[in-house]
Amino acid sequence: MAYNEANALDLESTLKTHARELIETLEMGNVSGAVQLIHELNQVRDRGLYQEVGKLTRELHNAIVNFQIDPASPHAQEVSQIADATDRLGYVVKMTEKAANRTMDLVEESTPLLGEMSQAAQGLRNDWGRFMRREMSAEEFRDLARRVEQFLGQSQHNADQLSAKMNDILLAQDYQDLTGQVIKKVTALVADVENSLLKLVLMASHVDRFAGIHHDREQLRSEQAQQKEPSRGEGPQIHADKREDVVSGQDDVDDLLSSLGF
Amino acid sequence: MKILIVDDFSTMRRIIKNLLRDLGFTNTSEADDGTTALPMLQSGSFDFLVTDWNMPGMTGIDLLRAVRADERLKHLPVLMVTAEAKRDQIIEAAQAGVNGYVVKPFTAQVLKEKIDKIFERVNG
Repeated sequence: MAYNEANALDLESTLKTHARELIETLEMGNVSGAVQLIHELNQVRDRGLYQEVGKLTRELHNAIVNFQIDPASPHAQEVSQIADATDRLGYVVKMTEKAANRTMDLVEESTPLLGEMSQAAQGLRNDWGRFMRREMSAEEFRDLARRVEQFLGQSQHNADQLSAKMNDILLAQDYQDLTGQVIKKVTALVADVENSLLKLVLMASHVDRFAGIHHDREQLRSEQAQQKEPSRGEGPQIHADKREDVVSGQDDVDDLLSSLGF
Repeated sequence: MKILIVDDFSTMRRIIKNLLRDLGFTNTSEADDGTTALPMLQSGSFDFLVTDWNMPGMTGIDLLRAVRADERLKHLPVLMVTAEAKRDQIIEAAQAGVNGYVVKPFTAQVLKEKIDKIFERVNG
């Protein structure tokens, strides 16, 4: 970095001294001397420019090596860390989907077992009431006793099954550990990429300085904002509670809609 | 009551389908975005549409607009169930003629409340 600053200072001081000399030479009427000075000025600038472009290229090359992308390799896509990260995130989507479906399968299998028990208990309860009110014949009571016994057996069987399904639901949540690890790795990679990009941007800004290129940031930003399509949707808001333009829950939505006359 | 559930994630469609079944609505169909949903709506006699916003192909807001622009579908009650939580978006949906708006993550209770409210209004 110190080297870069020295370079930039060098450019500035050369510009200053040459500019003064240029005016003096011109005032003396020495046109060919003036042209010679302009030529020298150009050379200083070009030298700086080449150096900066060279550094930028080297930095780009480093970045490529860091991310294990060999542009010459036909398998560049497969070996790059970014492609790997894409695969990893795909794995997260697959795992979470599998777990959600497994959990829902188990819930859907459990619901009828509970319904069966509830229905049988309801029937027994009605008949048991009749028995307690002495509204039941001996013949009917024998039938009731048989159904109670059957119910007890069925209850135990269903409870065992439900307990096993609950256990499976619990186990289906093991994706959290695995996907958590994968996401942490990808997050670290994104931070790395951001760091390297920042370095490249810094390098490029030195090139801009020598080349005299100026970027209108405001305009770039407004152009990017225009390219966003609000109706495409943005997905979940992460910091909903800290933002004014985002609702923080269903109550907020209801308030907003009722303020609109809903 | 015939209901169409539109969401690009099959798990979310399944959750909504199960919740609707608990509420007594058993006649449901599914679509994964607006492009597949619209022809289903146009050819089937659906009484209610539950749609996500953010989907590939045709989004939920565009589907809502297409429904409102269709002479035969324009009175179809539409409930949006979505993660989109910007105030501007909710206003946009209201202006496009949505009948209810539920933000994810949501509870069974909220879904039931909004559906009851929509039918109260439609039948009342």
